[in-house]
Amino acid sequence: MKHFISIQSIPRESIDKLLDRAEQIARHRPTGRPLSEKILGLLFFEPSTRTRMSFESSMLRLGGQCLNLGGAESSVMKGETLADTIRVVDGYVDAIVLRHPRIGAAQLSTEFSSVPIINAGDGAGQHPSQTLIDLYTIRQSFPLDGLDVGLLGDLHYGRTTHSLAYALAKYGVTIHTISPKGLGFPLSVKRSLTRFGACVVEHESIKEALPHLDVLYVTRIQRERFPDPASHYDTLHSYRITPELLSNAQKHLIVLHPLPRIDEIDPGVDVLPHAKYFEQAKNGIPVRMALLLGVMK
Amino acid sequence: MNKIDVDQMENQKKTAFKNIQSGSKYQAGLVIRPIENGTVIDHITAGEALNVLRILGITGSTVERISVATNVISKEMGQKDLVKIENRELAQQEVDRIALIAPQASINIVRNCVVIEKSVVSNPEELVGVVKCPNPCCITNANEPVSTKFYVRQSVLICSYCDWHIEKNIHSYIL
Ligand SMILES: [Zn+2]
Repeated sequence: MKHFISIQSIPRESIDKLLDRAEQIARHRPTGRPLSEKILGLLFFEPSTRTRMSFESSMLRLGGQCLNLGGAESSVMKGETLADTIRVVDGYVDAIVLRHPRIGAAQLSTEFSSVPIINAGDGAGQHPSQTLIDLYTIRQSFPLDGLDVGLLGDLHYGRTTHSLAYALAKYGVTIHTISPKGLGFPLSVKRSLTRFGACVVEHESIKEALPHLDVLYVTRIQRERFPDPASHYDTLHSYRITPELLSNAQKHLIVLHPLPRIDEIDPGVDVLPHAKYFEQAKNGIPVRMALLLGVMK
Repeated sequence: MNKIDVDQMENQKKTAFKNIQSGSKYQAGLVIRPIENGTVIDHITAGEALNVLRILGITGSTVERISVATNVISKEMGQKDLVKIENRELAQQEVDRIALIAPQASINIVRNCVVIEKSVVSNPEELVGVVKCPNPCCITNANEPVSTKFYVRQSVLICSYCDWHIEKNIHSYIL
């Protein structure tokens, strides 16, 4: 694997291999410092402290070094094309982690880079390393094949849910979308999922979908994205995950959230066996370590 | 003029008249003369001839001599459009663009009154630099030094950068 850009373009076998490797890393830390000769460049055109820290920590744990290439805050790069930036900084580092507000930025970068590009989020497009973490966390509880997975929240703009849905399609999962009117999957995402042979069931109510689910993936609904701001309070409230609501779920249901959460999940849920979102956050390190090894070794 | 000649002329006129009446191939011949050198684009989807001209960058101020026939009666297509451009041969990218709006079109290149190349347009699997991505958030709309790239799936175009699907009014996005 040279670049890591979108989950659609990675075959299932390669995803499984990455997840297996992450599992090995989580069980026994890799011996020695496999990336001690390498420098990882972090190029963030929009802030995302968590994602950046997670990549930095993963690289340091593998014995490598990180170089912050600036991005949004760097005056040098203002007005310069992304293509030029990439052509210059690929000489400084052995791989580039890129976060950019425009869709397709990571793919474009691959056309100008001589070193591997890792997509850490491109606008409303993909966030494939988060998807690996999501798959990894689900796999800790059940094999991925044939599950019923609910995706809840803003599915229109939410990039994590698009990537995850594309990945799940490779495992014959039934995808249940649960979102307020107007915030469902964009048509293009639906079309692509159909093309990949995914089974998608749409719901507006969480109560209706919940009893069928093995996995519930919760994302934030941003107020400003809400098509009808006047009604947002009541609607948001009806999508909130609480211990009472979960009493109607299957016993083995797991609840995931890419974090940070605001009030989508009641803190009372944290102590229930369903809650796996803090596990999920921890899984970021072994999964990103496997990814860095995958592109640089 | 002897009688036989007159009879012959009468017969020819009658045939021509009959052909016009029945809308056969002869009609196109009457509308547009053959050309000596250039390109004949035939079997254009009826009503798309002007879009074909737009794609080829032909405006009122271009120098080429152009003949256009619209809604010509066609045996295979019911109605079709036809465009003849003198002294110009089309490049592959231009042919790809035409294929988008007139998938049945055929292209005849004429040199010295002889058709030297006759081809049917075919939709390529990929369109590079032919269509603009309608998604304002797409990286190809950010002044980067790249051409747009679309995959063609049946009649849908999919942006290879942002996954946007163009399904309708494809001609309005052609660069
Ligand atoms: Zn696009």
